[in-house]
Amino acid sequence: MTSTATSTASSATASTSAGAETIIDVTDLTMGWVGGATLLEGVAFTVERGDVFVIFGGSGCGKSTLLRHLIGLSPPLAGEITIAGVGRPELEVGRPQYGVMFQGGALLGSMTVGENIALPLERWTDLPRDAIGAIVRAKLRLVGLLGAQDKLPSELSGGMRKRAAIARAMALEPPLLFLDEPSAGLDPVSAFELDELVLTLNKSLGLTVVLVTHDLESIFKIGKRCIMLDKETKSIIARGDPRELRDTSRDPRVYGFFHRTTGAQASELLAQPTQGGGS
Amino acid sequence: MSAQTLATPKFEVARETNHVQLSGTLTLAEAEALWRAIRAETDVVTEGTLDFDLAGVDLVDGGAMALLVHARAELRLRGVRSELVGARPSVQQIVSLYAGDVDPAPRKKREHEGTLAQIGRATFEVFEEGQLVLAFLGGMVLAALGVAREPRTANWGEILPIMEKAGVDAVPIVVLINFLIGFVMAFQGAVQLRQFGANIYVADLVGLSVVRELGPLMTAIILCGRSGAAFAAELGTMKVSEEIDALRTLGFGPMRFLVLPRAIALVLVMPVLTLFGDVVGIFGGLVVGLVSLDLTVTGYLIETRKALTLWDVSSGLVKSLVFGLAIALISCQQGFATTGGAEGVGRRTTSSVVTILFTLILIDAGFTLFFHAVHL
Repeated sequence: MTSTATSTASSATASTSAGAETIIDVTDLTMGWVGGATLLEGVAFTVERGDVFVIFGGSGCGKSTLLRHLIGLSPPLAGEITIAGVGRPELEVGRPQYGVMFQGGALLGSMTVGENIALPLERWTDLPRDAIGAIVRAKLRLVGLLGAQDKLPSELSGGMRKRAAIARAMALEPPLLFLDEPSAGLDPVSAFELDELVLTLNKSLGLTVVLVTHDLESIFKIGKRCIMLDKETKSIIARGDPRELRDTSRDPRVYGFFHRTTGAQASELLAQPTQGGGS
Repeated sequence: MSAQTLATPKFEVARETNHVQLSGTLTLAEAEALWRAIRAETDVVTEGTLDFDLAGVDLVDGGAMALLVHARAELRLRGVRSELVGARPSVQQIVSLYAGDVDPAPRKKREHEGTLAQIGRATFEVFEEGQLVLAFLGGMVLAALGVAREPRTANWGEILPIMEKAGVDAVPIVVLINFLIGFVMAFQGAVQLRQFGANIYVADLVGLSVVRELGPLMTAIILCGRSGAAFAAELGTMKVSEEIDALRTLGFGPMRFLVLPRAIALVLVMPVLTLFGDVVGIFGGLVVGLVSLDLTVTGYLIETRKALTLWDVSSGLVKSLVFGLAIALISCQQGFATTGGAEGVGRRTTSSVVTILFTLILIDAGFTLFFHAVHL
């Protein structure tokens, strides 16, 4: 472990907490429009390997935009994003080191589901055709879509499309997966199945998952750590274990989000002495 | 004047000294009559107090309440004190929902943009658009160089299907249009040439103008309408459904993956289609020559052969190569620049076709001047 001085120096930033390895390190991030308004200012957080990391907040707080920055689709106005083993997130520079599921799935409409999943394998591996076929079928089975291989994305339901998109994002076995609003627009059963899938992938493969959502059930069920963004202060107003935040946070905005009430009503509830005495 | 409209309304509006008594059922179905009744009672009041007494109102819906709230706001803006009073609890809920119990905020006047500001914004937009185009062209050059270095990274498999869709499928319409162009031109020319007994020169007229000018141009215009619009709409839809972003996260450059195969396919397909167009255009002229100018097939073809040089044909084909490239690049650029859903796709598709047509004419004029200058 201590044999090479250079490696310990480079991993110095990663050792923020004992035993955990930082996979995403965001420092002093400011995002917004060039010459226009900003969405977030001076934000910093880290994601550790094996996390299920939830980014949430009210509408228009910039959670999806933050995700676009993390995957390298938008450059930050200021600050640094570092992904372990990649450095600054950059696209189109080589074999992708992380998978992304977009909100609508974003499967290529002109190709079948199977071809969509085979696409990155054909480009980034030298596997023969039948081996790629085997991997595609295995991935489809993993997300419960065996048999949908030859269907076009337009023939699938919203939930199936999202699961197929996860299969595609997982095709190259990346250690890190980004999900944009996985449960948005899904019925409760499909949302449940998707949550289960994410949990399984996280537990069995040790996959690090970063997801944007405002589905409370999903946050409590799969989120290990979370950050809450706020539009007004353009910053992170809460971070930590979502269940803990739900039970202990005294911030009316956080309380309001977790208990489905407005900030004003939350303030009143929090001001009641019984609430404080109980905990 | 049906019985329905003459039926007595389900509400009553009556004014007493400083309040308007409303009673009955106020609904959107009778909103027009209600609106007229309220206006009649309130328009004359310019000072003092005029409350709306809702004590007799059994039921009110949102639309009717919106009118009441508006009438109250107008009164208060004129300096008349006005409240909605006496509502029973069920009605009061609707009053609160439509903010009939709070002070009305003066409506913000929509600010009109000055002429200078409009010019400024338009100029800014032109620059922004120019920036997009330059970035696209730069990206295209980089992609082409990258593929030249690493041919494996190109999406070669896509070229043939695109050639089939843009080329083979376009043959019937290209043939038909070019035939008609040759036909019409010969017909117009025949009327003039017959006067001088110069019937045979219709072959020269048709041959030269079809091969040098109209064949390449008409074919390009058809391709613009078919493939240019299709590419812009397809890539635009991919852009708004995040498919292009997804491609990038899978490590594919959209330039290499989407634009390059389309550009190569059109550049390959255009000269072939143009050649088809040239042949059937001449054939169109031949038909007129045979039918209305008493020419023979052999005579017409020999005259055409005499009139045309190899350069006439190949200059048209060179033009068509550039036309094909322009159609592919402009339509793909417009597709990539799409933002904002279905409406954005439509806007970009329109603008793609218009830009291509304009560019085709510009390129054509450029070639004509250039060929003239170098005596070709």
